[in-house]
Amino acid sequence: MGGIRVNADTQESSVRGLFAAGECAAGINGANRLGGNSLSDLLVFGKRAGEYAAAFAQENAGGTVDQDQVAAAAKWALDPFERENGENPFTIQHDLQDSMQALVGIVRNEDEMQEALVKIAEFRERREKVSVMGNVDFNPGWHTSLDLHNLLNVSEAITLAAIARKESRGGHFREDYEAKDPEFAKFNFTVKKQDDGSMKLDRVPIPEMPEELQAVIKEMG
Amino acid sequence: MSAKREKGGSDASVQPAKIPALRYMSKATFRIWRGEKGQGDFKDYDTEVSEGMVVLDAVLQVQAEQAGDLACRWNCKAGKCGSCSAEINGMPKLMCMTRLNTLNMEEPVTVEPMRTFPHMRDLTTDVSWNYEVKKRIKKFNPRPPDFEDGTWRMQQEDVDRVQEFRKCIECFLCQDVCHVLRDHTKHEEFIGPRFLIYAAALEMHPLDTENRLEELKDEFGIGYCNITKCCTKVCPEHITITDNGIIPLKERVVDEFYDPLKKLVKIFRKKKDKT
Repeated sequence: MGGIRVNADTQESSVRGLFAAGECAAGINGANRLGGNSLSDLLVFGKRAGEYAAAFAQENAGGTVDQDQVAAAAKWALDPFERENGENPFTIQHDLQDSMQALVGIVRNEDEMQEALVKIAEFRERREKVSVMGNVDFNPGWHTSLDLHNLLNVSEAITLAAIARKESRGGHFREDYEAKDPEFAKFNFTVKKQDDGSMKLDRVPIPEMPEELQAVIKEMG
Repeated sequence: MSAKREKGGSDASVQPAKIPALRYMSKATFRIWRGEKGQGDFKDYDTEVSEGMVVLDAVLQVQAEQAGDLACRWNCKAGKCGSCSAEINGMPKLMCMTRLNTLNMEEPVTVEPMRTFPHMRDLTTDVSWNYEVKKRIKKFNPRPPDFEDGTWRMQQEDVDRVQEFRKCIECFLCQDVCHVLRDHTKHEEFIGPRFLIYAAALEMHPLDTENRLEELKDEFGIGYCNITKCCTKVCPEHITITDNGIIPLKERVVDEFYDPLKKLVKIFRKKKDKT
């Protein structure tokens, strides 16, 4: 059902030392997460992620932090306070919610999803001009302006992958490609942000299932 | 406004008959506490309200439209996480479970933080005292398994007795309303209804082997409770805190330490040991 790409055993992501488990991690549920599976998923893989993260921490020394990068990140985070008469971040969040619901929702088609990409680019521009009131103590408006950055990244990744997957499978339903296409069953789409900020879509083949697991499935009938 | 009878602590049982029906898409005023670290004042916010809204919806709407820095805790919006505890028109309630059609919308709706805990900002308070208290209560300590496969056997009625206590979502509304903490500020000497229930859930657990009665009598201050049942009234999970949790614990403490017959028997047993 999409999410952070992780190693199936250790739950480590493609960023060294960053582990992910639960609904945010991809792979365990296939094309559709069935109701009730989430609870056992997060208990089992949460425990695994925790254990491997602890082992990683013990076996690796902390990295060095570039203080210039930290300063730049802090400045970027605090910018909305500096700007006056900018847009309210909540408005952009609500608009993003409305757009994703309408254009990349339960029933998808090519034109609407392409429109969504255009809209997301517009939201990104609007996000650069938000301003917030108050100070940094427990400020939900400011937190939303920070969240918007990530919401937009995830929305763009979802839309790109949905456009590329020209079939219907599990939770992904397209009215312009209603049937399951066995060719698309052979790989996963991955989306990676490049240094220039653009998103790169890739196809990663799904490895052949080991014989022992094939036997289990045959046994279960 | 005429007096309303309330059964238990739930909003569903409050009769809205005397309150004017919420007109679709009308405006209402919310009087919300703004400020930091105990300083502050009420501020009025007008916002559109519609059918089915709860107080949390209105507060978040005010936050989105007018007051981006309104600090407010919330999460599940479904009365299960215990985050959005507040005092609405003076009554401790979960904001997400307080329907606007149970309130008098002709007057401003007062929304303020829980007054029993140190104020942080706007509607948020510091509830960490509760977590420190929990650490002082002896943990679950089961007897060894009854069978070789590591399992136990229990009577259904013994299991049923504690199920109610396990419904607690740690919203701390009971702690907020209890006069021993709220008005008499006995935080050093009284653990509050939430933790009396926690102790009850452990003491009444069929497998637990610990005895917490002495602490309940001394450090945990069970004697301070004078069974006014305000805690039971505000509990959003309808746990019968006083009747099913606190009073049985009081009875156990009394049986253990204040039973004159038992004391007599103990004295004689000591005399016998001395001879």
